[in-house]
Amino acid sequence: MNALHRGWAWVKEHLVLTLGLLVLAYMYVPNVVVALMSFNDASESRNLYRFQSFTWDNWLNPCAPAGMCESVLRSIEIGLLATVVATTLGTLAAFALVRHRFRGRGGMNLVLFLPMASPEIVMGSSLLALFVASGFGGKLGFWTILIAHVMFCLSFVVVTVKSRLGGLDASLEQAAADLYATEFQTFWRVTLPLVMPGILGAALLSFSLSFDDFIITNLNAGQTVTFPMYVWGAAQRGVPMQVNVVGTVMFVVAVAVVLVGEAGARRRRRLLEAA
Amino acid sequence: MTHVLAAPPAQSAPGAGGAPPAAPRRRRGGLTGYLLIAPAALWLGLFFVVPFYSLLATSLYDPEGSVLTGYDVTYHWQNFVTALAQYGEPLVRSLWYAALATAVCLVLGYVLAYAIAFRAGRWKNLLLVLVVAPFFTSFLLRTLSWKVILADDGFVVQALQFVHLLGPDGRLLATPVAVVAGLVYNFLPFMVLPLYASLEKIDHRLVEAAGDLFASPARAFWHVTWPLSLPGVVGGTLLTFIPAAGDYVNAALLGSPNEQMVGNVIQKLFTTTGDYATAGALSVILMAVIVTMVIVYVRKAGTEDLL
Repeated sequence: MNALHRGWAWVKEHLVLTLGLLVLAYMYVPNVVVALMSFNDASESRNLYRFQSFTWDNWLNPCAPAGMCESVLRSIEIGLLATVVATTLGTLAAFALVRHRFRGRGGMNLVLFLPMASPEIVMGSSLLALFVASGFGGKLGFWTILIAHVMFCLSFVVVTVKSRLGGLDASLEQAAADLYATEFQTFWRVTLPLVMPGILGAALLSFSLSFDDFIITNLNAGQTVTFPMYVWGAAQRGVPMQVNVVGTVMFVVAVAVVLVGEAGARRRRRLLEAA
Repeated sequence: MTHVLAAPPAQSAPGAGGAPPAAPRRRRGGLTGYLLIAPAALWLGLFFVVPFYSLLATSLYDPEGSVLTGYDVTYHWQNFVTALAQYGEPLVRSLWYAALATAVCLVLGYVLAYAIAFRAGRWKNLLLVLVVAPFFTSFLLRTLSWKVILADDGFVVQALQFVHLLGPDGRLLATPVAVVAGLVYNFLPFMVLPLYASLEKIDHRLVEAAGDLFASPARAFWHVTWPLSLPGVVGGTLLTFIPAAGDYVNAALLGSPNEQMVGNVIQKLFTTTGDYATAGALSVILMAVIVTMVIVYVRKAGTEDLL
């Protein structure tokens, strides 16, 4: 009773924060449902959107549905490759935009911004139109998916790395130069480590964007099936509960990666403050 | 007041006040800039800019052709008329649903972004991470889970029936409500992050100053906080509206088959029907409508420097 009373007093005092936390909680409802459904025993049931009874089976045989694990592996493979290429090209571009003056900078900024502002269906269909027009219509698959994923990840990498690079304290690099570091040494020992969190964040973002993309992939995949496409196909036939296992694992792994990164950032901040 | 506005951020004013410029942060001339930007520029040129041209060409194909026999560009402008006549309804529906979803996102997103920026204290970073974290479970799976949540015999429908917001045989699935709810849910983070970015930059002393000048909290919000957060509002609404207008996953999974959005139509015309000419024209129309709306909106909002 007393706890309830105190809880209510807290809510009244922190009304905005409470409302904000409610909105945040709402964003987690589907994640909770996916986790719950991963324990759903659907073997006897025809309604696959309802919890029947508890079972460990889906977790014990995650690869039981035909083709599902293959599609997950394919998505990981494409995601990793797209991340490496997009992060490399994007980081170089971010350095160019923040550190160098060249003709066409404004135009380049616009071209980098547009993919984030275009509807996916338009980007996907225009890429498909190009592939078909240039005779690759019959060769849609792994490589066309990869090309598309690098394309839409690039902008996000550039924005992320650019903001990190722009916020950098110039005096650290000046100090290195004052201490007779060569330009390369300054870059390698000072600039790059300072920008690294931004680059890693961009890579994580790229991977999750690529792993999760459906609309653009679906248009440019031909017969190749990625995990989102597998789920889409399954949604028409009846979803195997194992897809929820994959979803839950993805969520847990990603949150762990982010929390470890956040903890690392905190530690670095504290070390910097102590120094 | 003046000292607040005049205080420059530490490094943004190189050379101000006669001090030596703060290191040559941008190098003039030289090839390095071009070399660094070239790979990304080439990739986006080849796979983002050129495809738009391809799409334009596709929209002018002669519809007599087919995927098997090939198409010719015959400047068949009639495609646009056909596309609008046949699929005007899903187009309007998409824009309307996207606008509704954006409005709801703005309200929910503002509350959340405001709470994180001004009320979360040292939990700020963690909460910000928590906004993005749900995204790591597949987008399709999360959308499918709304089928479980909004099911006819589910908790939400029963609760709404209990308070008589929904008739005894009312339902949510396969209705526009479910589609808009799905859109709101899926694009909320795109609203929260830009809003947070611009709220976070607001100097709190300005709001306090308004209070000192006897403004009520509501007045202070409306005349100080809200105008200063406008760049975030414009950015957030665009980042929500544009993808929502093109989305077809929510409509396909949560809506009724009779109420398609324009994305469903384009996808089907391209992949199932193989009617490239009409599909291309419809894509071009969608893009043109969106670009026009964005330009008008950004002008109205008076934040042209954003683009």
